[in-house]
Amino acid sequence: MTVPGKTEQAGQELLRLEGISVRLGGREILRDVSFTVGPGEFTGLIGPNGAGKTTLLRVILGLQPPTAGRVLLNGRPQYLRGLGRRGGERLIGYVPQKLAIDPDMPLRARDVVSLGIDGNRLGFPLPSAARRELVDEALRAVEAERYADARVGELSGGEQQRVMIAHAVIARPRLLLLDEPLANLDLRSEQGIVAVLARLAREQRIGVLISAHDMNPLMAETSAVVYVAGGRAAAGRTDEVIRADVLTALYGSQVDVLRVQGRVIVVAGEAPQPGDPVGAGAVARPDGS
Amino acid sequence: MHYIFEPGLFSSGPVRTAVLVGTVVAVTSGVIGVLTVIRGQSFAGHSLADVATTGGAGAFLIGVDQFWGFLLAGVVGAAIMELIGVQRRRGRDVATGVVLGAALGAAALFLYLGTQTSSTTGASFTILFGSMFVISPDTVPALIASGIVALAVVAVLSRVLLLASLSPDLAAARGVPVRAVGMAYLMALAVAVSLSAVAIGAVLSTALLIGPAATALRVTKRPGLAMAASALTGTAATWLGILLAYDSFYWSSSGRGWPVSFFIVALVLIAYLLSYARRPGRGRRDGRSTRARKVLVEA
Repeated sequence: MTVPGKTEQAGQELLRLEGISVRLGGREILRDVSFTVGPGEFTGLIGPNGAGKTTLLRVILGLQPPTAGRVLLNGRPQYLRGLGRRGGERLIGYVPQKLAIDPDMPLRARDVVSLGIDGNRLGFPLPSAARRELVDEALRAVEAERYADARVGELSGGEQQRVMIAHAVIARPRLLLLDEPLANLDLRSEQGIVAVLARLAREQRIGVLISAHDMNPLMAETSAVVYVAGGRAAAGRTDEVIRADVLTALYGSQVDVLRVQGRVIVVAGEAPQPGDPVGAGAVARPDGS
Repeated sequence: MHYIFEPGLFSSGPVRTAVLVGTVVAVTSGVIGVLTVIRGQSFAGHSLADVATTGGAGAFLIGVDQFWGFLLAGVVGAAIMELIGVQRRRGRDVATGVVLGAALGAAALFLYLGTQTSSTTGASFTILFGSMFVISPDTVPALIASGIVALAVVAVLSRVLLLASLSPDLAAARGVPVRAVGMAYLMALAVAVSLSAVAIGAVLSTALLIGPAATALRVTKRPGLAMAASALTGTAATWLGILLAYDSFYWSSSGRGWPVSFFIVALVLIAYLLSYARRPGRGRRDGRSTRARKVLVEA
């Protein structure tokens, strides 16, 4: 089942997914996923590992063609590998899950952010005062000025995430997609990143879609949730989606939602597997078994 | 060593050719080498060198200048590697390995047949280990032109290459044709390897490609500076190597000089070791490593 998107006036949405289905190698990864994200909205894309969150982000980015359904960006259909960069304005900023960099790589944090301006173009970047100011401003926005001149490969995971967020927002996107930016971060880094993103959403009216396997670090800031499990998704306000009946229908098996000390724990019908993180937001198997 | 510059050093034609070609090779390999190390494709560079050996040996067999053999084999090898080794880095390594074994086998055959026909072993030595003093003046313009073309390709693609090394997915999302760019880069790498093979031999060619780059990455944290430092290191090693090789004719009474390739490779190694000595720990949040940047120029 799919809960239709939040109440949004037409023309106000940055992103709309309509009945997106994806099959990869004969396996159904996503079925009939629909939701919307509007300006300034901070939306969590939640689901257990392997539920298809990354695939969904790749569909939005135009890297993965859906087998059915369509993606509307700013009200217009997204052409394959396309619209996000048509007409000079870059609609989507993207923060990938992991960077492929060695500590020895000669790239400073500010070089990475600078690549956000025009790293997709040919030619040599010429240093200029305006460029430097733009980079500094983006680094300030994510509170990363301190390590602007450090090699990016030597930064901690949380610091790298901030640099990549600066890389993404320097081009002033309307929509920001982040793939598990909180994975493997300590609690303080998690909170710091969530705060930075919430401020970007608030102040620059950027629509933020952030994937995570644990919704708890996001709870304080997210206005809406897209919950992916068993290849399907439920979308809506957090209190509309994170309910036992909605998630039970999604997983196709009995699911309970516990609220303990301000945290939400989703428990599937079977006992959690050994090795599952204690208090994780989603303890169910991706296939809903 | 009796003189800093032996009498006649700069009036010798072969030495002038060696210095000219050596400089072009060192700069090309130095710049492209930095991107090779950043992209984690040192292994591809090494494999292209092996494939180039086959081409050089084949050229020797049919009596063509070895550079054309290196170049043709390198470019074809790069194309095959990219075509088999679809997307994944690991897949690429495996595919590269397969091409490699076959190529070296063919090189052995060509060199064997070649020496049977012409009954000289000198040529195989030159193909495998190079000799800057026997570069044919006829090929010099072609060598310089290929170096410039390879450098131009890399300069035009530098930003895109950096972005794609950071995250291929991110680059693709921003409309970069990641595979085509990777292919163009591999072609430039093949040219660099061929040039390097002419200068110091096919087997040693990666020394000029990876050594100066690895040294540069240790002493600077900016991509542009790393390329400059790498090119400088390579050039310094080449010039000094030529000087020492020329001088070595006088080291013993036999009048036999040592191969210039040996000196260049040894100097590259020394520069690399020096970069270890000078680089301060992991000083990441201060300017300490700025000081270390200078190191290279002297090496």
